[in-house]
Amino acid sequence: MSGWQQHLPIFPIVLPLLTAALLLLLRGEARRPQRAMLAVLAMLAQLATAGVLFAMAEARLPAPWPGEIGVYALGGWVAPVGIVLVVDRLSTLLLLLTATLGLAALVYSLARWSRVGVYYLPLFQCLMLGLNGAFLTGDLFNLFVFFEIMLTASYGLALHGSGLARIRAAVHYIVINLVASLLFLIAAALIYGVTGTLNMADLARQVPMLAAADRALFDTGAALLGIVFLVKAGSWPLNFWLPAAYGAAAAPVAAIFAILTKVGIYALLRFETLLHASDAPAPFEGQWLFYCGLATIATGTLGVLAAQRLDRLASFLVIISSGALLAAFGFNGTSLTGPALFYLVNSVLGSGAFFLVIELAERDRSRAADLLAVSFDYFGGRDPEDPRHSDEVVGVAIPLGITFLGFSFIVCTLLLIGLPPLSGFIAKFALLSTAVAAAPDAANTLAAWLLVAALLLSGLAGLITASRLGIRVFWDSSRKPPRLQWLEAGPVAALMALCIVLAMAAGPAMRYFNVAARSLHDGRGYVESVLPIQIDSEGQRP
Amino acid sequence: MEIVFALAIGVLAGAGVWLLLRPRTFQVIMGLSLLSYAVNLFIFGMGRLRVGAAPMIDPARGSNPALYADPLPQALVLTAIVIGFATTALFLVVLLAARGLSGTDHVDGHEPERP
Repeated sequence: MSGWQQHLPIFPIVLPLLTAALLLLLRGEARRPQRAMLAVLAMLAQLATAGVLFAMAEARLPAPWPGEIGVYALGGWVAPVGIVLVVDRLSTLLLLLTATLGLAALVYSLARWSRVGVYYLPLFQCLMLGLNGAFLTGDLFNLFVFFEIMLTASYGLALHGSGLARIRAAVHYIVINLVASLLFLIAAALIYGVTGTLNMADLARQVPMLAAADRALFDTGAALLGIVFLVKAGSWPLNFWLPAAYGAAAAPVAAIFAILTKVGIYALLRFETLLHASDAPAPFEGQWLFYCGLATIATGTLGVLAAQRLDRLASFLVIISSGALLAAFGFNGTSLTGPALFYLVNSVLGSGAFFLVIELAERDRSRAADLLAVSFDYFGGRDPEDPRHSDEVVGVAIPLGITFLGFSFIVCTLLLIGLPPLSGFIAKFALLSTAVAAAPDAANTLAAWLLVAALLLSGLAGLITASRLGIRVFWDSSRKPPRLQWLEAGPVAALMALCIVLAMAAGPAMRYFNVAARSLHDGRGYVESVLPIQIDSEGQRP
Repeated sequence: MEIVFALAIGVLAGAGVWLLLRPRTFQVIMGLSLLSYAVNLFIFGMGRLRVGAAPMIDPARGSNPALYADPLPQALVLTAIVIGFATTALFLVVLLAARGLSGTDHVDGHEPERP
């Protein structure tokens, strides 16, 4: 009970914060290896922390808190007065996913991308800080703060490497997210003004007791909040910024951005389950969210068909996965949440690997090579006096590099469009079979078949475009054989290996996701863990 | 007081939205600033408008909460101002970079084609 274990939930926030500060202090060209070492060590520590928290939430390790859900009161101030961090199955799952993807992207970027601009490593740690905090916090305004940390770091990272395409995309990305942040503030203020609390568990408890006039105001605030989360999640019609921003970003940045849309999805899901008992307003559940998800899949499918470059293809595949998740959460009943979590994990790992692979594949080709050359010249990364910066010396040419790239491309495509035998197929199949099986009446049957049609068509579109672009990129007789570095090929291989493990352990994994979904939809467990005060039958606090 | 306050928020937000939809980056950043003023006032208003009530406990007044204004929205406003200030400054740098690289201050990075 006592000791450091009790403070473990704060580690995923404090570690990247301290690391970012230390990385800023380690200045100068000579300290580059130390900086890289420190960043990798910090990511390993975050991965270990996330793993331990994951095992604790699963009750595999003795948890320092009673019950299933861990609550960490910051500064010892208990909820609803203080800010709490809440550790449950969903949040630890996402923490683990963030740390895994973060480590892969970080190692990949050490080979070359971290040298293309300034302050890459501290910004990367700040992004981790924002992501971890957003997944852990149990307070609405604190969620806003972590969103802002995450977004501010992502602005810097989206611009990493500079260049006109990136700046053009970033202007749109930043404006849209700033407006969304303002909406978030309005929503948080409205909700606080009506309910007098910002604690998410306390909100779930207060909302059913609101008077009718206040309820209308609360619903307005909640609807604005839902819009903000939908912007982050990349839902139609709020996602036109996404392909440009993700496509233009540097490869490891785009890979880590694959989980940024999932933060919006996570927040939607969290509020949906908490407000479910009191009829959550439109953006959080039901028909509305379902058709929004379908429209998102349709946009993504059209975009995929029209894509002429691999980065566009990858961005639109991210949109399709967001749409599938939104549709799954909007589907009647809660049986789709478990398969949807499986889909989420698969899609994050798959898109992360895909963004890395396409950069490796396109690097020798004109456009990407040009951009990189410009950035290198601009920031002096290619310094002839320092042999460490020369690709020729560092790059251990892996034989059969193009074979590795082609194989990775096929694996990622199979993962993302959901063809057998990999985990993408299992995730999609689980979603569709559960949807069809869960339909008790005519309206639901229609919805289930709409979902089936949308997901299969989007997969077909993905397959068509991936083959078309794959042929263009890989069967290009004029290209030189690519030179891969272990630092770059390793993370890609690791991410794909994780997906293969996920496919082989699909049974236990699916059971875990279903248990996580069930405990998530039992919103009362969350509320009672955060606020252990009993409420008597009149709804009054003693 | 409520009417004046609401009108101020409305005018700031209206002007902010109008500027935000303009095609020049400078107009957009002015719009964002005006909008953030409106939002900050709005958060402040959500703590209820009171005259002559401090948000901090005053020993001379005693500890009755009815005598004090709600301190939480004021803390939220402070946070919102700090974050808004930082992001606006960051955006300004991006705008200058965009202007320098693309040679135009249009939000799309190129001038629209004239008929």
